Amino acid sequence: MVKVKNLTDKEYLYGHKACPGCGLGTIGRLALKILGERTIVALPASCMSTVTTQYPQMNYSVPSLTMAFAGTGAVLTGMSAGLKAQGVTDVHVLGLAGDGGTADIGLQALSGAVERGDDFIYICYDNEAYMNTGVQRSSLTPIGANTTNSPSGTASYGEKKPKKNLFEIMIAHRIPYAATASSAYPYDFMNKMEKTKSLRGPKFIHIMCPCPTGWGFASDLTVEIGKLAVETGMWYLAEYENGKVKMNVIPKTLKPVEEYLIKQRRFRHLNEDTIKLIREHRDSEWRIIRERWVLSNC
Amino acid sequence: MAKPQIVKFKFPESLEEMPLGPSAAAGILTEPNAGWRVQSPVIEHPKCTKCLLCWVLCPEGVIGKENEQLEIDMNYCKGCGLCAHECPKDAITMVQEGEADDQ
Repeated sequence: MVKVKNLTDKEYLYGHKACPGCGLGTIGRLALKILGERTIVALPASCMSTVTTQYPQMNYSVPSLTMAFAGTGAVLTGMSAGLKAQGVTDVHVLGLAGDGGTADIGLQALSGAVERGDDFIYICYDNEAYMNTGVQRSSLTPIGANTTNSPSGTASYGEKKPKKNLFEIMIAHRIPYAATASSAYPYDFMNKMEKTKSLRGPKFIHIMCPCPTGWGFASDLTVEIGKLAVETGMWYLAEYENGKVKMNVIPKTLKPVEEYLIKQRRFRHLNEDTIKLIREHRDSEWRIIRERWVLSNC
Repeated sequence: MAKPQIVKFKFPESLEEMPLGPSAAAGILTEPNAGWRVQSPVIEHPKCTKCLLCWVLCPEGVIGKENEQLEIDMNYCKGCGLCAHECPKDAITMVQEGEADDQ
């Protein structure tokens, strides 16, 4: 368990240009606090690389590399191979990629790197669209969300396809460690990061990162929205280790989805029928989660 | 100081001073982000129990815990209000920028 009082005061990610209230800063700085100074960061094109590497500013105090959109997995392989060749064993290799850079564009590179079993930590921070380029849908955009290329209007209720399950894709690789997290649950995230430090091989964390600009809510509500996502069952906290999935938070009763949806501009257009569609989708997802992961572990 | 400080950046003046390849040293801060702020957080220290939730959650990492009382680095606080919203003791209030100076 991570004790906050013992965490380092040193900030390895500081003075970045992310929108006020963005959960991305929390994720980056806490991850680097846990891993420490001996870390190399790999950044594909994403919000994370855009806001932290604006010349002449360089907001990381650790070595970082910005590379092509699709190449995160391949670069992580290269970094860990380079360290191995030099006989360096105390350096962590961390990839920080967005949802599009992981689930759409970078998926085959990530899949290859996980399959090769290289030693790295991959964090996919999921703000549920290509936020950096102006809110375009990705395969992790949830059903019903309004984005610039899944606009809502008289003929459409926004994004029509549900969110892809990246966590299960990673489990299918029989990866040593995979987890989902949320920037609204920082202690849970830090404990998961701490776990990745001691394990060898590929480690994957899929973390939800509410986006005030793209989702449309006030900058001080980032944590509230992130918590509501978990409480309403639109997101879940789980970890996969030794062939077993453990649910970290199992809400006794899920809150109504409206509580989560109504606070965000991207869901403002939804009516009774479309909210029903979202509710049914959530319920079917949770039926699967309960059957596969909750009841089987009892 | 645990937090990186602003340094004056010297742009390369000639070809000889240019770094090799598209690279730069790590941890270069050249300008503050304080101009983004509309509201600024004020901590009421007697109410604060040092639970450090704000320190953990702050996206900018501007809250410092190394001294007796929590301190905020106003050069990089963007005034998002997350700390004030999440503080369990309501020890942080957001003050309109400029009003705090008048007092």
